[in-house]
Amino acid sequence: MDKSQGRTGVSGGEAALAPVVTKSGHRALDQNEPLIFEQGVPGRIGVDVAPAPKVASKLGAFARKAEVGLPCLSEPQVVRHFTRLSQKNYGIDSGLFPLGSCTMKHNPRLNEKMARLPGFADIHPLQPVKTVQGALELIDRLAHWLKALTGMPAVAMSPAAGAHGELCGMVAIWSAIAAKGETATRKRVLVPESAHGTNPATAALLGFHVDPIPAAADGRVDLAAFEKKLGPDVAAIMLTNPNTCGLFERDIRKIADLIHKAGGYFYCDGANYNAIAGRVRPADLGVDAMHINLHKTFSTPHGGGGPGSGPVVLSDLLAPYAPLPYVVHGKDGFRLVETKEGDAKPFGRLKAFNGQMGMFVRALAYMLSHGADGIRQASEDAVLNANYVQARLKDVMTPAFGGTCMHEALFDDTFLEGTGVSTLDFAKAMIDEGYHPMTMYFPLVVHGAMLVEPTESESKESLDTFIDTLRHLAGETKKPGAADFFHAAPRLAPRRRLDETRAARAPVLRWKPPAATKQAAE
Amino acid sequence: MAELRFTKDHEWIRVADGDTCEVGISDFAQGQLGDVVFVELPEVGKTIAKGGQAAVVESVKAASDIYAPVSGSVVAVNDALTGEPGLVNTDPTGKGWFFKIKASNTAEFQDLMDQAAYDAFVKSQG
Amino acid sequence: MRYLPHTENDRRQMLAAIGVPSVDALFADVPEAARLKDVVAGLSNTMTELEVEREMAAMAGKNRPAGSMASFVGCGAYRHHVPASVDYIIQRGEFLTSYTPYQPEIAQGTLQYLFEFQTQVALLTGMEVANASMYDAATACVEAVMMANRVTRRGKAILSGALHPHYRETVETHGRFSGFAVDALAPSPEGLKGLAEKIDATTSCVVVQYPNVFGRLEDFSALAAACQKAGALLICAVPEIVSMGAVTPPGEMGADIVVGEGQSIGNGLNFGGPYVGLFAAKEKYVRQMPGRLCGETVDAEGRRGWVLTLSTREQHIRREKATSNICTNSGLCALAFTVHLSLLGERGLKELAALNHAHAALLAEKLGKVKGVSLMTDAFFNEFAIRLPKDAAGVVDALVDKGVLAGVPGGRLWPGNADMANVLIVAATETNTTADMDRFAAALAEVI
Repeated sequence: MDKSQGRTGVSGGEAALAPVVTKSGHRALDQNEPLIFEQGVPGRIGVDVAPAPKVASKLGAFARKAEVGLPCLSEPQVVRHFTRLSQKNYGIDSGLFPLGSCTMKHNPRLNEKMARLPGFADIHPLQPVKTVQGALELIDRLAHWLKALTGMPAVAMSPAAGAHGELCGMVAIWSAIAAKGETATRKRVLVPESAHGTNPATAALLGFHVDPIPAAADGRVDLAAFEKKLGPDVAAIMLTNPNTCGLFERDIRKIADLIHKAGGYFYCDGANYNAIAGRVRPADLGVDAMHINLHKTFSTPHGGGGPGSGPVVLSDLLAPYAPLPYVVHGKDGFRLVETKEGDAKPFGRLKAFNGQMGMFVRALAYMLSHGADGIRQASEDAVLNANYVQARLKDVMTPAFGGTCMHEALFDDTFLEGTGVSTLDFAKAMIDEGYHPMTMYFPLVVHGAMLVEPTESESKESLDTFIDTLRHLAGETKKPGAADFFHAAPRLAPRRRLDETRAARAPVLRWKPPAATKQAAE
Repeated sequence: MAELRFTKDHEWIRVADGDTCEVGISDFAQGQLGDVVFVELPEVGKTIAKGGQAAVVESVKAASDIYAPVSGSVVAVNDALTGEPGLVNTDPTGKGWFFKIKASNTAEFQDLMDQAAYDAFVKSQG
Repeated sequence: MRYLPHTENDRRQMLAAIGVPSVDALFADVPEAARLKDVVAGLSNTMTELEVEREMAAMAGKNRPAGSMASFVGCGAYRHHVPASVDYIIQRGEFLTSYTPYQPEIAQGTLQYLFEFQTQVALLTGMEVANASMYDAATACVEAVMMANRVTRRGKAILSGALHPHYRETVETHGRFSGFAVDALAPSPEGLKGLAEKIDATTSCVVVQYPNVFGRLEDFSALAAACQKAGALLICAVPEIVSMGAVTPPGEMGADIVVGEGQSIGNGLNFGGPYVGLFAAKEKYVRQMPGRLCGETVDAEGRRGWVLTLSTREQHIRREKATSNICTNSGLCALAFTVHLSLLGERGLKELAALNHAHAALLAEKLGKVKGVSLMTDAFFNEFAIRLPKDAAGVVDALVDKGVLAGVPGGRLWPGNADMANVLIVAATETNTTADMDRFAAALAEVI
């Protein structure tokens, strides 16, 4: 290898990168930050609370006697603690975040600003409806956008996340089946092997038997196998489109027609709707229900794992079963319908209150910013970026399937064969190069899968640097000693590889005071 | 019959005493799973048909069902695995046994593979 | 468009590198009939930031924020003061724009606060372990019932008549399609009455609320003992987590699972969401718990660090055998909770809880003196119920015009239940002033 380059290599630079030991435990900007529970002194406070007026207690026998056990810190200490923690995190703001299926696109700060307008942020869910007309208007307007973009006649707004939306859509299907008196007979739900884990988990929650459909050699549903599985006991198919391999299901119309002919329903997992928003309307694909992850397609922040929001668009057949509550527009303005009324047959309530309002505001701000034209352009750019990455990497990494892809490029680990380097190792080496790894080992139908979703937010220069880095790493895997080098990655992150076995064998899920820990050990 | 017999799902079974047999997972299976972190054992007294789900073994990233190699009732479970699931990795066919089953139909042993046949089976699976 | 970096020249170069003539070629797999030739009709096109702000502000302006009135609305969502530093921290891009910490080496920030969050929730509720959050209290309640069904291998939940109706309805919905039975008692401030008698050999759990939806504090330790004897679990729902700074935690009364709404700490009202569901349990049930769990470990150099653990319970591994279908939770709301509670600390939480209680006690005194009003709640934290001589919904409506958000009328929570129509549920927090309370009492006297 070329030793003249002063950068990390397979065999060079090792001594220079040996762990640095400092007196403080800090490493420059990477601060060694103890738990909040290991800090503080009794008596300190980070929020000044006004003195309570003198009044007889109404707590009765319920006054708390024991300490809670919380540490006491001042405001600057708390701000510093969490600022230091933030510096150990990688976000979209930090760099390219090609996590396939998760859609890590830019989160505009305008959306945050809008969500904090007191007219949206400081209204109570149970305020009289006449005092929240603007909130109901916003929900109605967002619903209009979702219906127009998807071509679907109805939308249920209350689901709190994608998986919650799946549940909502599948319960609507379950309700339609129950209305036909077929609950006892339609027990099977067809789910492709490449599906997100939430699909089978959701179907199982409703008591359906999950029947996997194999993938064909081209990464799409095996149409012949699917046809063979159809029958009077099939309730629905749950299909992601574009699918989790980043491919559009070409036979989707045929699949929809066949499932309908068999008396079942077509649930579409809309996790990848961001590839086609503004270019394809799910209604034209024969969809009966589809959730839309506002935190993917419409850029509400992922926030380290939520909150999300998962409205579900519904066909005419399923619309009457939409859950409570929902917004209607009448002559006296907007109303919030919280109980069954008219011809509607709502299947019930899915959560408390009125849906993820804070996420609705952000999503609508994003939609208005882009407009219908911008949304279409964003989908096109997302697809363009993924194809550009695939085209420029296909000679050094191995695309799992031939042809072009949609918004994400899927590679398998064939290019790592015989190197001793695994998908995991390759991903961890990307961390040292300053990138968040792609999705690994998903979908399950591809060996050692690496699913790259650059999103429309990345510029060409950013993609070129990323591609050059992956090309370099792919080359490094072929060099002598590569396995050891890759196994040891990451070296430069706030932590090196963590012992997950230890965490799972003897779970430590909370901090305990040193005395309690010592006692337990004895 | 003190030697091991194997299923295609990588369980092993060994007669311990009369028609009481020990069941565990093969060395190949533990290698595929990686570090075992948890084992969910059946209730003693539970009756299981051949091929029925009997236990669950978990590594960090995977959970696999363990099926009964023969029909019978569970007469004992290996409580040592609760505190030390790593025994499945270090001694899969010894201290890493899962449960003991009292076989109700010894004829079912005929369907199982011996060591040589199992090794060939594993090899054929690539 | 400001969010899209490509110039037309970039796009041309990239298409050439891919080897296709146009972006249309990349959509070739879409059936011809389903390809939209043009932008979707009936929607607006790109707007400047300023234009979007105008549109949004116009809608926001049609609402009357709780802070612009004397507000006493509670019932599972409470208006508390959120310190400025909370909102600053959660808007740091490293938190706001990060993902679920699946790559722990570059997500220690998220993982460490989740570990702190889990510890805080366990301490507040008096339980042994807690998870990394759920969507909200109602969905946490359902997950608790389903967990009890798994633990006990039974399928009937008994719900207190003083459980928040939205929690009850959410459990009932899931019961219908998941096939477990739900026996919900009629609404009553005496939330424990009649529950023990209902327990039988098919009961998986009894769900109570503390403080209950009428604001009452009730000692459920005898009920918990009865559950234990019958092999059922006691689930306690806590709608106002600030109460834990003042009252005996449910863990001390023998709860097996505690669920709660964490909105009160760190999170605004937001018209009902996003909120943060709390979920805590006895340690022996940890492998049956839903949702993500963060655990302590060490890295390859032996340094302490954190990872998501016990993931084999979850849908991405266990698929149809998972303990729950939940994937996304309420990460950022949990961070807001953790930051706010860190700021409060032991002393601040107790002072805040004491102030809330004092305000509610004072308000109860003032409202109790209004002619025709009777107090329905004896022991309470920051919320109580009153009975009015007429339909409470009409009273609430009339009070809006006097600048008062008076609380939640029974008719809103239990529509069609004549017995509840005159009930008004009223909450007070640190955000209310004495002047607010006097205004409320005076206006109420006028209206009734």
